[in-house]
Amino acid sequence: MQTYDVLIVGGGLAGLRAAIAAVSTDPTVSVALVSKVYPMRSHTVSAEGGCAAVLREPDSFEHHAFDTVKGSDYLADQDVVEVFVREAPLEVIQLEHWGCPWSREPDGRISVRPFGGMTPPRTCFAADKSGFHMLHTIFQTSLQYPQITRFDEFFVTSLIVEDGRCQGVIGFDIRSGDVSSIPARSVILATGGNGRVFAFTTNGSVCTGDGMALAYRAGVGLKDMEFPQFHPTGMPSTGILITEAVRGEGGYLLNAEGERFCARYVPNKMELGPRDIISRAMVTEFEAGRGFKGPYGDYMHLDVRHLGQAVIDRKLPFMRELGREYMGIDIVVEPLPVRPVEHYMMGGVDADIHGATPMAGLYAAGECANVGLNGANRLGSNSLPECLVFGAAAGRAAAHFAREQPAATPNPIAGLVSDERQRLERTYLERGGGRERVGVIREDLQRAMDQHVGVFRTGEGLATMAAELPRLRERLAGARIDDHSRTFNTELVQALELEFLLDVADTMVHSALAREESRGAHARRDFTERDDERFLAHTLAYRRPGEPPQLEYQPVRITNWQPQARIY
Amino acid sequence: MAETRAAAKTIKVSVARFDPARDKKPRLDSYEVPLNDDWVVLDALNWIKSNADGSVSYRWSCRMGICGSCGMNVNGQPKLGCSAFLRDYAPGPVVVQPLNNFPIIRDLVIDMSSFMEKLQWVKPWIIRDPTALGPGEHRQTNAQIDQFRQFSMCINCMLCYSACPVIAVEPSFVGPAAIALARRYDLDSRDHAGSERLRTLTGSDAIWDCSFIGECSAVCPKDVDPAKAIQQTKFETTMGMLLPWGGR
Repeated sequence: MQTYDVLIVGGGLAGLRAAIAAVSTDPTVSVALVSKVYPMRSHTVSAEGGCAAVLREPDSFEHHAFDTVKGSDYLADQDVVEVFVREAPLEVIQLEHWGCPWSREPDGRISVRPFGGMTPPRTCFAADKSGFHMLHTIFQTSLQYPQITRFDEFFVTSLIVEDGRCQGVIGFDIRSGDVSSIPARSVILATGGNGRVFAFTTNGSVCTGDGMALAYRAGVGLKDMEFPQFHPTGMPSTGILITEAVRGEGGYLLNAEGERFCARYVPNKMELGPRDIISRAMVTEFEAGRGFKGPYGDYMHLDVRHLGQAVIDRKLPFMRELGREYMGIDIVVEPLPVRPVEHYMMGGVDADIHGATPMAGLYAAGECANVGLNGANRLGSNSLPECLVFGAAAGRAAAHFAREQPAATPNPIAGLVSDERQRLERTYLERGGGRERVGVIREDLQRAMDQHVGVFRTGEGLATMAAELPRLRERLAGARIDDHSRTFNTELVQALELEFLLDVADTMVHSALAREESRGAHARRDFTERDDERFLAHTLAYRRPGEPPQLEYQPVRITNWQPQARIY
Repeated sequence: MAETRAAAKTIKVSVARFDPARDKKPRLDSYEVPLNDDWVVLDALNWIKSNADGSVSYRWSCRMGICGSCGMNVNGQPKLGCSAFLRDYAPGPVVVQPLNNFPIIRDLVIDMSSFMEKLQWVKPWIIRDPTALGPGEHRQTNAQIDQFRQFSMCINCMLCYSACPVIAVEPSFVGPAAIALARRYDLDSRDHAGSERLRTLTGSDAIWDCSFIGECSAVCPKDVDPAKAIQQTKFETTMGMLLPWGGR
């Protein structure tokens, strides 16, 4: 059995960037790229607005760093932010060299557009399909490296941890159902977000927090999980993302009285305030009775009619397509209904500036990781460069680490594989009876999370959710399984994904309950102020089987910017 | 899926079922599904999976027409399940089957590993002398991007392979999407592949197999025109054979 030097779980932007970085660090390195979907299906594909990087005057590293720190409500680790802003432009240029069709200025330089919470315009973009173009560019580029072996549609169920070191993964080939191990000297988790823990989310069905749960089960802490981000502009019915670039290009947010209500909340930034504040402003307006009423609840209008068809077709063509296709609305002539929608997880696997977790041999990058960049609120267009910068860092670090490690030990691994096979068979594949289908239990989890862990939280709602989670877990343990086939069993995949979602939800709810303050995306109605005395700190949630997670706190690293009131 | 309005009406959705471990050939199972005005075929499949039969198998993720996972035949036409509205098929029935011209793994899930090999075969990456353009930002005008832009829009959804009459009889044909992506790089001002990629495309199983029916372009959900890519490549190759300096 081959031991790979670097094994990457996840084939989105962070995972692919890590793979190429690993083989560029050392051409003799062997990489296993393991993903439950074909890499080009990864959710990076849905990113729209763009990728922040300081390319030229009047922008500066200082500006980008301060915008990010202020946007984070001072929960970002400032040393990490400072490295990030310097690396981001290099990564944008690297992607340009690989063929990314960045939109250009008339003189041929890469264009930038304004985005929320950013001072000068610094968001590079490929029309409004930035994530799509970045993902396909880097995936197609990765095909030229013979050192990268892909395991497409392989579902990872657990990490192999021996002698305190991560030595590979166990999982099954979805097509055949064969359970096997993939031994490795180092493992990078790059599995993306966990938005599917909510019902109303921009996230695709694949975003089930797999890497977060894998690390958590292996004893690694999940950091700042009380901070999911709510994006102000989702389509009211489906939650399909309407990019912030619509407002970056000059779009207005209007309440039912036709008023640009952002003036009341972020007068200096208007529609380009940070996402947490705009989402709260919208909900506050709804509660004051100033929203439009629709079949999916209250909504606002996002209006770009004044931009004209030429600008819309050049810079926002996908938004026009989505409006027409899914709402029957042409944004050239009509405003688009929108409401806040869960979008991104600021929290994730505890990792340092190199993507290294506290467990030897285990790394994490992209949305599934928390390297300390985003704090309590990520700025729009910082997540794509995060995938590039920290994906590359993790790839390099894992390649270096692997060179000093022996091959994985075969004997314990064989036992672990047979244990895992039995677990899947007994728990799901060979189980009869049961009443409720997995999908029904998942939808109940999602609706409850929407209700209790949304834009505004209360201690009471969070406690209700905390009590609900063990009940959902019991219901899953007694679920009815219709599919006993070994071939492409998506019901098994969904059941395992729901296990992951429940683990991750536990950390979110308990971290949120304990954070008795309001900071960034975590807004408590019972603790409305930021409390730097008690909570200028990262939450770390550790798993305790059968009990709520154990919570610990870690100080925020401050270099240049002392916390101040966050006024826009 | 997201919350949905209660539907008074239903629509019959018949789904192709096939498990190679048990079945000799595919059959159709039918389900009465709520006919919500804003539901697509994918919503119907998700409703079936949660409420009627957990074993129905299909791929999906983004549900916004960009990840390319949910290509399937809807009433005989290749479609993205996330963009085919049930209301357009009312009063029904809606027959959902796997794409044509691929082996079936299970139910609606096709084996697209052949495409992954074909994609790699056309070298879909920038090929150039690393020193030619220098280390910094390479300028490219929007007019230069317009040369290849539409070919870069391919989401690899496989609808064009399902519609292609050549693939149907010659499975080894490299096919529309892969040729469009090869063209995307050949037309990129930053690419210096010269005839390297073109030689691949003019060999066996490539452009000369295309009979220019144009079905690929007709079914593309992203308005890519692979038929044009193939015709352009044929033309360029012909010029290259006639003229010593042709074909770049």
